[in-house]
Amino acid sequence: MRLRFVALLIGAFVFLFPFYYMLIGSLQAEPDPSVSGSIPTGNVTLHNYSEINKAINLGKSLINSGIFTGGVILGTLIFGVLAGYALARLQFRGRAVVFNLMLLIQVVPFQLLTIPLYVMIVRSYGLADSYLGMILPFAINSTAVFVFRQYFLQLPAELFDAARIDGASELSILWRVAVPLVKPALLTGVLLTFIGPWNEFLWPFLITKQQTLQPLAVSLSNYLTTVSARAANPFGAVLAGACVLAAPAVALFVIFQRRFISSNISSGVKG
Amino acid sequence: MRRGPVTRILGEHPVGTAFVTPYVVFVAAVFAYPLGFAVYMSFHDYFFAAPGAIVDRPWVGFANYVTVLTDPAVQRSFLNVLIFLVINVPLTVILSLGLSTALNSAIRWRTFFRVSYYVPYVTASVAVVGVWLFLFSSNGLVNSILGPLAPDPSWLVNSKLAMPTVAFYVTWKQLGFFILLYLAALQNVGADLYEAASMDGAGRWQSFLNVTVPGVRPATTLVVLLATVTGANLFTEPYLLTGGGGPDGASASPVLIMYQKGIEQGNPDVGSAIGVLLVIGVLILALLERRFVGRED
Repeated sequence: MRLRFVALLIGAFVFLFPFYYMLIGSLQAEPDPSVSGSIPTGNVTLHNYSEINKAINLGKSLINSGIFTGGVILGTLIFGVLAGYALARLQFRGRAVVFNLMLLIQVVPFQLLTIPLYVMIVRSYGLADSYLGMILPFAINSTAVFVFRQYFLQLPAELFDAARIDGASELSILWRVAVPLVKPALLTGVLLTFIGPWNEFLWPFLITKQQTLQPLAVSLSNYLTTVSARAANPFGAVLAGACVLAAPAVALFVIFQRRFISSNISSGVKG
Repeated sequence: MRRGPVTRILGEHPVGTAFVTPYVVFVAAVFAYPLGFAVYMSFHDYFFAAPGAIVDRPWVGFANYVTVLTDPAVQRSFLNVLIFLVINVPLTVILSLGLSTALNSAIRWRTFFRVSYYVPYVTASVAVVGVWLFLFSSNGLVNSILGPLAPDPSWLVNSKLAMPTVAFYVTWKQLGFFILLYLAALQNVGADLYEAASMDGAGRWQSFLNVTVPGVRPATTLVVLLATVTGANLFTEPYLLTGGGGPDGASASPVLIMYQKGIEQGNPDVGSAIGVLLVIGVLILALLERRFVGRED
């Protein structure tokens, strides 16, 4: 028992230390990579944050990340809930095909579609440097559709039969009966969906060339690859930006960690 | 209840078709069509042209594939992803199964452990790459601790160590997700099996090997499959961590080469050919893995 606890403790240290180091590094005026430097004594400043804010306009980048992520969450909530409900509760032609399609998509390596998507969205539709072009390939999160379906399946069938006998339309059954009962699933779906676009790098990197439209992950990486060499304390500024990018996702997850208990997300994975 | 012809053809709730239509259109536009388009481009002399311009894009057969397969940079990138998978996949399975088993027993601070394992997974790679660059730079903390044992040249600029370092980074980053999958699977291994094993005099290690490992085999198949797909998708890490797949292409991934050739150098046909080859490679690997990991003994 003690051995397990020690193993878990070592694991936690390995997982958390880089985050501690990120925070410490972002607050130090001089980068100190020595062993004693990992425990700061004084020398603490917020200068790195104003430095990175001067270079990439943190506020605007955060708004862009927010619009990108918000658009994807909205699309997933509206169309994903509709699809999840139909897959769980409605008998219609082609249901099995759609269900299998949804499972298949989970294993398609998305990055491989970037070249054709780039040609289509940027070259054919002229949606480069636009929020729509950013959101489109992510608009409905298939994993979230799957989670919604699992939750709708768990509701008792009598509930739906009764509402149908009362003559309610499927849309109003979904909206008035089913959705209020699966609010936890909606939250899980939103959290799951959030991680994708908030952290996504390759796609927004490809289609946004204007800095004013870039999400934080893109503007920070551009700073990392080009500008940082010229800054006085490049690591400090990068780490400050990294903290700003990491904070919302980490905070959301810590607050709602109960929603990430395995059974909620991977009920379809069990053996 | 009488079933009319309409019900028989469209199902009991034809409105369901309307409900899934937006999703199906999305899947067709963002997954199915681009997949077909990629195959099309890979067999044609496809280049960027002004929107609306009518240009001739002749069929070139396997020419793009020949270009790709004889390109040393592409060959190197496929070798790199194999090195990556050989390190990443077994390490992911062993560590996530081990940690989730430990986490599944009644232990203090469970929530704390679970959250701490999950934090790297929910954080943007771009953010974490910043701190790894700092940790693994020539005079970074890792080398300070190692002192004379520090590799020279340092981790990320060493042609032998760059790809393994990227593989370790990704293992660390993704592990929380796989621990979660294993935790779910462990709930399904019956307590009676463990009791039976201990009645037969099995020790903790033996019951882990004889009860836990076979009990979570479906999850292991999934973990191996998803880790392989993640590996095939590798882009952000070599792009940022090793400054564009350096040193000298030693950590370039196929997706990185695909981006450089397809978009930076303006040859989407060649880029698509790399993508198609990569998909085929992943499919073959996935089938092999299913065969060897997913088999019942």
